[in-house]
Formats: sequence, structure tokens, C-alpha cells
Amino acid sequence: MIKTLSLTLLASGLLLSGLAGAEPFPSTYEPLPSSPTLITNATILTGDGQRLEGASLLMTGGVIAFVGEGDIPDDAETIDAKGRWVTPGLIDVHSHLGVYPSPNVAAHSDGNEMTNPVTAAVWAEHSVWPQDPGFATALAGGITSLQVLPGSANLIGGRAVTLKNVYATSYQQMKFPGAPHGLKMACGENPKRVYGSQGKAPGTRMGNVAGYRAEWIAAQKYLDDWATYEEKIADGDDDATPPARDLKLDTLAAVLEGEILVHMHCYRADEMMTILDMAEEFDYQVTAFHHAVEAYKIADELAEANVCGALWADWWGFKMEAYDGIQENIAIVDRPEGSCAIVHSDSSEGIQRLNQEAAKAMVRGQHVGMDITEEHAITWVTQNAARSLGILEQTGTLTPGKMADVVLWNGNPFSVYAKADLVFVDGALVFDRSDPAVQPESDFTLGQLLEVSQ
Amino acid sequence: MNRLIQKSAQKNAKKIVVSVLFGALLSATAMADTVLIRNATVHTMGSQGTLENSDILVSGETIKEIGLKLIAPEGARVIEANGRPVTPGLFAGISAIGLEEVSAVGESVDTENSMPAMYPEFDVSLAFNPNSSLVPIARVEGHTFTALGADSGGSIIAGQGRVVALDGGYESFHGGSVLYINLGRGTSDLTGGSRAVQWLLLNQAVEETVRPPARGEDALLTRAGRQALERYATGGTVIFGVNRASDILQVLRFAEARDINPVIMGGIEAWMVAEELAAAGAPVILDPLRNLPGNFDTLGARLDNAALLTAAGVTVAFSAAESHNARKLRQQAGNAVSYGMPHDAALAALTINPARIFDVARTFGSLQAGKRADLVLWSGDPLEVTTLADLVIVNGKVDSMVSRQTLLRDRYLPENPDMPRAYIKP
Repeated sequence: MIKTLSLTLLASGLLLSGLAGAEPFPSTYEPLPSSPTLITNATILTGDGQRLEGASLLMTGGVIAFVGEGDIPDDAETIDAKGRWVTPGLIDVHSHLGVYPSPNVAAHSDGNEMTNPVTAAVWAEHSVWPQDPGFATALAGGITSLQVLPGSANLIGGRAVTLKNVYATSYQQMKFPGAPHGLKMACGENPKRVYGSQGKAPGTRMGNVAGYRAEWIAAQKYLDDWATYEEKIADGDDDATPPARDLKLDTLAAVLEGEILVHMHCYRADEMMTILDMAEEFDYQVTAFHHAVEAYKIADELAEANVCGALWADWWGFKMEAYDGIQENIAIVDRPEGSCAIVHSDSSEGIQRLNQEAAKAMVRGQHVGMDITEEHAITWVTQNAARSLGILEQTGTLTPGKMADVVLWNGNPFSVYAKADLVFVDGALVFDRSDPAVQPESDFTLGQLLEVSQ
Repeated sequence: MNRLIQKSAQKNAKKIVVSVLFGALLSATAMADTVLIRNATVHTMGSQGTLENSDILVSGETIKEIGLKLIAPEGARVIEANGRPVTPGLFAGISAIGLEEVSAVGESVDTENSMPAMYPEFDVSLAFNPNSSLVPIARVEGHTFTALGADSGGSIIAGQGRVVALDGGYESFHGGSVLYINLGRGTSDLTGGSRAVQWLLLNQAVEETVRPPARGEDALLTRAGRQALERYATGGTVIFGVNRASDILQVLRFAEARDINPVIMGGIEAWMVAEELAAAGAPVILDPLRNLPGNFDTLGARLDNAALLTAAGVTVAFSAAESHNARKLRQQAGNAVSYGMPHDAALAALTINPARIFDVARTFGSLQAGKRADLVLWSGDPLEVTTLADLVIVNGKVDSMVSRQTLLRDRYLPENPDMPRAYIKP
């Protein structure tokens, strides 16, 4: 059965990509101007578990040229980073910047299409307001990439988009080139509360699961219909009618094809186990469980299933399914071989200090005897985050050839007193703490609170 | 000890599991001791300032002595601090600890009166439950007192609350009550859509305490309400939840006219009127992480709000109105330091300042011989995110450092137990 299914999927994969044609709403991101920059004498956490002391890093042409030693161009600007630390740009895999921006007025509240429990047709990027002042404050915290997701009211909330954290007039100019879409799904209390309270399905957790399964069955049929159509065409039947195109099923089919990555809001361990079985049933991969305050109860199972846990350091108790939260969650999820622990924010405040969230999670693990180093803990907000967004080949570690997304910290980033001095995106300096001219400001905050004489 | 746990611990040879479990056992018996902490850096937050290499002797419910090279009484438990910092037990902010168990589970929340009328007589402390899981979860992180907060349900006058010690007592209340009034954008829906109506209603309510409405005349308050509000309008402390600079100035004018001691809660734009606040002697209780314009009342949000207010001579205390995660306050204070607030001032904003604001400074907020023994020994700088509370003493008792969360942790730390984890009862 599984074999047949995957053969079908393989065949229709070709077909689907043909069907979609050129990707709609394509990225028009262009790196900002940069010049060769050499950082010397730094403590460098590479993002893949290594730590170098008194080391150098060179950025040229928007990419990492080397970490350690290599040829230095004559025109490279040198920054002496004695006493300072370098990390990859931080990546937040769970943000609602732009879709729930500041100011948080109803006119801007575009994150949850709460009109149907399945809105796989919607794309978060179509709600992103690029003038959210939160992008600037996140940048000051060293965030260079982020995934913006729809909210969690729906079983299937819609497509998430990965952005480069640069200001632009359109989201297309922020869209991370080559990043796959995510699909936001949600377990538990939110969908059943939102729709159950209206007397609609789902009103229970069993209703939630029936809801997802019905959609996957529809997506499988959609793929089969296209495959049948394609076979007819191949057999020379020029009169064959293509199936009607459906935005919702386009998205779900692309998940079954592995082209869209599933990011699922899910708190309780037992529900995550249900979802893993469902993923088996329909032969797709859950990329990450988000929030997952009970992930520590199934750390081995998550590692075994190759699923990341995107987690908070200490949030708990705001709803029933968050009641069993513990501060060692991230450290315990990180413990098994092959694990993928991620620190996420889901907050316009938390995204500004993801390094501090990682520090809290690290120390809780150390406190119960786990050997967690800073060079390892940084992977929770760099390498592992990039992996879950499908952008690890481009960013997330300081590997030569990758995008030069780099933060220079004024000290150890695992301190509450650490601040990003400089932030580079694709080698371009986009934030300089000491120079207001190199600190972006959104249109919204410009000119507020003016006094008579300036 | 449960045999199963012993077996599982041995099998895994996990030193840490054993030590965690034994730690819990030992501490369960270590109550009401005489305790001598040696060689600590003592942040007294009082007239003695910060004392290096100092000892603290605790006996019964009080601090007996703070000084150099104190002699350990016979049978005293001696703890070597090796220079680690000791602070007073920390404020947990204005919170709903003991008033709410799960925020989204309505029947477990008692913080607001949603009846659409003014009930200043509503007092949330009557709903306080010291057996809530939130109490030990805050206490093991070094928070030993909180101010119970009332939320605006049906009225801008949210109701009354007071300070409670997180020592597990049913009647551990301290100081007098305070009244919470919420103004501005957050509550304008309760007053016909305009914040201007809020002043009209507040003034009418205070007038009713002076001249009770005649029978049949329209009234905002019940008789109990008039009595409650009268106490505040004759020199009481009122906590005004308000953020916009212009609204803060309105509060100061109203409070002065009505003989109220105003405290600003929220105060996101307070730095813009810092001089006026200092002149009025009005403290500000704020969340130092608020730097985004969440709405049009908070366009002036910035990370150095606490630093600017402190520099202007305003008394600052920290609160994030977070009950479950009150433990984040230390991190918030650390960030305030990062943005210009002196370290001592940030520590004061978690200790002596809130104690003074809520008139409980005789009991909480500083370390001094003869005072209630609420103190914390930290693994390092108390405002650093990588620092943990090593020892918490509450009302003279050494805390077990056990919470529902540490028990869940210890249930799930052992790898590959033979039996379901339901049998692991650390």
C-alpha cells in the first residue's frame, strides 16, 4: 500500500509542479550592498556545535568566506572583536510579526482566518504588513530570518512564509529566496473551542482528528485525479479534462509531496503521538511540533520520528494543555541522539531576546546534570531552526559559502546583559547599535510624539 | 524512597537523578531550622547596603543577626555561600498567584468581577488559595511575596487586593488593601467608548462617598461601595493602570484633588512625564520589556523607561502582571540594567520598592536583624538569566525547593524506566 502510494506521489509530483507553473508571489529579495568585512579576535560559535576562541571570520560577496583562516582581500574592513562574540544570525521559527503587528488594532489583526476550520488555501504572507515596528526590534536582538505563520484557530491554518529580516515595502522583497512554505496546523484546545463554541465541527479532540483525516483523503484523491489526467494526456487523449484547480488542495497535496513543511501547534504528548500515527497513515512528515510543552514526555519518540520540537523556555499554565510545562523541556527534548530542539518565541517581545530564552533553557539542563555547552545551545536558535525551515543549506551556521547572516555581540550572548552590536544579513550591515543611521525604523513609528521644537 | 525509583536510578547510574531525589527527601525534613549562611554577598536593600563576606543567622521566623564571622549556634545548619549573593525574598509582581490556576479555565480564575457596575468593595484577597500550584512554582525561584491584583471586568474600578506572602499560609496577608482602577484605551469600552467618560464617572463615584445619593436618585455605588471608596479617597493607595502620558497627568491631578496616594501601573509612557511623577511622589510599577507601540496609548514605549524614571527620582517597581511566569521578573530587571538602570536600583525594584509602595516594608523587601526571614541565596548575579536560586528561606523555613514542575521533571528525567512513569513519584 505504502509503496503504491509513494509511486503515485512520485508521478504526480512532476505533474503538480507543472500545474503550478511559475511560483506565484515569488521572492524579489535582493541582498543589500555589502563590502568585504573581516571580524577578528572573536569568540565564535559557528552554529553547528563548534566554538573558536580569538578567531576570525571573513564575509565577502554576501557570503561567509571563511571562519578561522584564509585569504583576506586588500579592501576588507576589519573589526576588532576582542572580548566580543560572534554567532550566526538568529532564526525564529514561530513569529506572527506582520500578521499580528504593533499596533495591535483590529484593522491589523490578520493572523487567523477564523471562518472555517480548514483554511489551507490562505497564505500568511498575504497578511504581512511590512511596516510592523517589531521587525526592527527583532533585528536589534540579532534575528536575521523568521517564519511568519497563521494563528492556531484552525485545524489547518494556511501557509507560513519565511522572511529575511530586512525592511521593504513589500513582503516579496523580504521573502527568503528558495525557502519552502510551511503549513500551519493546530492540535487541541484552540480549534475545538473556536468552532465547537459555534456549534460547528470540530468540538472535540476526536473531531479534530477526523477533520484532518478527511482533508488528507481529499488531498490524496486530488493527486490521484491529476495523475489520471496526466496518464490520459500521455496516452494521447487530447480531450482529457483536467481536474478543477483548488487552492486548498494545492497546499495539502504539496505537503504529501514533501514540498511544504508541516509546522504543527501541539501541546500534549498524547496528541502528538496521534499526529505521528496520522502522518504515517498518509505518508507525510511532520517537520516540527510548536509550543509542545509536553514534548519532554516523548523526547525519544520525537527524535525517532525525526521531528523537531520548537519550544518556549518557561511558558506554562495559560491554558489547560499548557499545564504540565517545565523549564527543562528544551534540554530533555535535546537529549536523545538525532534530536532537534528549537527555541522559538511566538511573541514580539520574546523574538527580541531569543538568546536569553536559549540561555534559560541551557542552564536548566545543566542544573539537572546535562552537559550542555554554549556552542551547543546556540544550535537551538540557529542550525536547528534553519533545518526545520528548510533553509539550512543557505543559512543557520557560519559555513563558508552560506549567506553571511552574522551577529556580533558585545559579550557572551548567553547573558542577560548581552546586546547585538552589529547585525549582518547577506554580508550587509543592517543594524549598528552605535549608529542610529544604521538602525531601521518603520513608517509607522516615524514622526510620532513630535515636540514643537526638535 | 519508592523502590522503583531506586532501581531505575541505579540502573541508569544517573548521579543527577539520585541527587535530585535525595535532595527532595532531605529538604522535606529541614524546616524551621536555625540556619547560618556564611560568607555571602548580602544585598540588604536597607541602610546597611551591600555587605561582602557577611554571615546571616536565621532562627525561628526572623533574621537574628547579619555580620562578620558569626558563631553558629549548636545544631544550626551551616551553609557556605562562598561569596554568592543573598537578597531579600523577591516581589512576584502584581499577580494572580493563588487567584488563578489555569488562565483559560474560567472556573479556576477569580481575578475579576464582570458585573457591569462599580464595586470598589470587591476584594480579590477573599478568593486567595495558598494551595495553588503557582505558589511553590514562584517560591522556588525566590519570589516570596506578591500583590494580589484585580482585573477590570465590568468596571474601570477593578476592585481591591493586598500583599500576600507565598509561604503557604491561609491568612498570610500583610499591609493594607489597595484599590485598582484601570483607565485609558484598555477600559474605554466600559465607559461608552471614551476615556473622558472615565473621569466623569470617577468624580461622580467619589462625590457619592461625600454626599450619598438620596433614595431613588441614580447611584454608581452600593452603600458598601461608598464605604470602600471613601477609605481610598481619604489618603488611601490607589493603583492606576494607565500608560499614555496625558492620562498619567490626569491621574496625578485627580489624585491630588481627591487626597489619594497614586501609584502608576503599566506606565509605558511614564518617562515622558517623569518630572511630574517625581514631584507628586507617585511610584511607577512597570514591565521594563515593553518597547513596542502595542496600541495608540503606548507610542512612547522604550526599553530605558525604568532607567529614565529612576534617574528622575521616581520610585520604580517591576511587575509584568504574569502569574505563571512571575519568575521572569529577574530577567526583566536584568534587561532594565542592560538599558541603563543601575543594578542596585533594579534589585530595589524587585524588593524594597514594591515593599514600600504596598506599605509592607517592615516585613518584606530588605534584610535586617529582627525582620522576617525571607531571603534567597543565588548561584550568581540575581539578575542574570543563567543564575538560579540555590536556597530560599521563607518566614524562617528552608524551602524544600519542590514544586509540581520539579516533580514532573524528576518523573521524566530517568531514561527507559521499566514501569510506566505513573509509578515514579519523586
